[in-house]
Amino acid sequence: MIKKFFFQLIFLYLFFSKEVFAAESGGMPQLDPEFWISQVFWLTLVFGTLYIVLSNLILPKISANLELRKSQIQENIEAADNQRKDSELKLKEYDDIISKSKLESKNFFNDTREKTLKTINVKRDLLEKQIDEEIKKAENEIDQLRKSAPQKINKIAIETSSEILKNLIGAEINNSSISAIVDDLFKKNGSKYYGN
Amino acid sequence: MAANPMTQFEVYRIGPEIKIGAFDISFTNASLFMVVSSLAILLIFNLGAKKNSMLPNKIQLLAELSYTFVSKMISDTAGSKAKPYFAFIFSLFMFVLFCNMFGMIPYTFTVTSHIIVTFVLAAFIFIGVTIIGFIKHGFGYLKLFVPSGVPIVLLPLIVVIEIISYLSRPISLSVRLFANMMAGHTMMKVFGGFVISLGIVGGWLPLTFSVALTGLEILVAFLQAYVFAILTCIYLNDALNLHH
Repeated sequence: MIKKFFFQLIFLYLFFSKEVFAAESGGMPQLDPEFWISQVFWLTLVFGTLYIVLSNLILPKISANLELRKSQIQENIEAADNQRKDSELKLKEYDDIISKSKLESKNFFNDTREKTLKTINVKRDLLEKQIDEEIKKAENEIDQLRKSAPQKINKIAIETSSEILKNLIGAEINNSSISAIVDDLFKKNGSKYYGN
Repeated sequence: MAANPMTQFEVYRIGPEIKIGAFDISFTNASLFMVVSSLAILLIFNLGAKKNSMLPNKIQLLAELSYTFVSKMISDTAGSKAKPYFAFIFSLFMFVLFCNMFGMIPYTFTVTSHIIVTFVLAAFIFIGVTIIGFIKHGFGYLKLFVPSGVPIVLLPLIVVIEIISYLSRPISLSVRLFANMMAGHTMMKVFGGFVISLGIVGGWLPLTFSVALTGLEILVAFLQAYVFAILTCIYLNDALNLHH
């Protein structure tokens, strides 16, 4: 209702307002040739000046600025690229050095280990040989002692027997007969005492 | 008087009457706005070109963006051969654009809303392009009127049409800009008149239209400058690269 009233009011205003329709006199000033020559003259002058100043002074400067910036950006990009490559190379070098020294230290460790082991082995062999020799010697000695033991015992037995007989009988008895008896006994019972 | 939408296009003398022979070349309000527009262009682009920093400030960015915009427009439509005419097309585009934009400020005068101004520009372009065409291709430039691949029977008709369309180029170019600017400004003036005459009660509706139209007119101001420049490029392309 209010809306309708509003639009009616607008139309009433339009109908009764004389100012809105006061545009009838005059026509188009553009078609009035009074100032045509003046406009052509000033347009030529102003536009010509604008063109000359722009083309000779300002546009070359802007173009140079743009060119310079472009080349500088290009240069910077190239420099950054070079530095990147450099750093990559350095990193590779560093890695190489690290791996090389790792290998070296490993080799060194292994070498030392082997050397030490060798020395130990040599020393042990030597020691074992010595021990073997000592054992052999001792065994020989024991063997000899054992071998000589029955003869000595026989001799002691013969001498003791002759001495006892001398004291008992009071006469010298030929040692050879005693030794024959002892030998005979030894042959009979020797194995009982020496167990071999 | 103020409500007449055509009074804004009236040219009047500023200062004394200057006459050379029979010709009246007095300084008028139209001349004033031509000078103002040109000075604004020179000021902005001079500031934009003055110092070259790696990171451009706003005005330098504006100048450089305009430069690349026009440069791209020319190379896209007319190719690399049009490079020598870059400065002219750049000046033309900026001059038309600034004249249109200055016309959008209330109480100013729109230089490009006068048929004589746009016609002089268009006629200059037309004559220049024709001369360039004849210099580049000699009488071979007349082949422009004879499109290839047209049946012999139709050829006389086509040639006549092509010649008429070629000769009407300055008229269409100038009338397009002039009519757009005049129509837009007249319409804005009419709606402004409605706001006053309808007063506080009914004035809100035309005021809204007026605001919307102002936005539209700013768009048109840019668009017409662009169209004017790009049509110049297309005509130049015809003269430089004869395709027919």
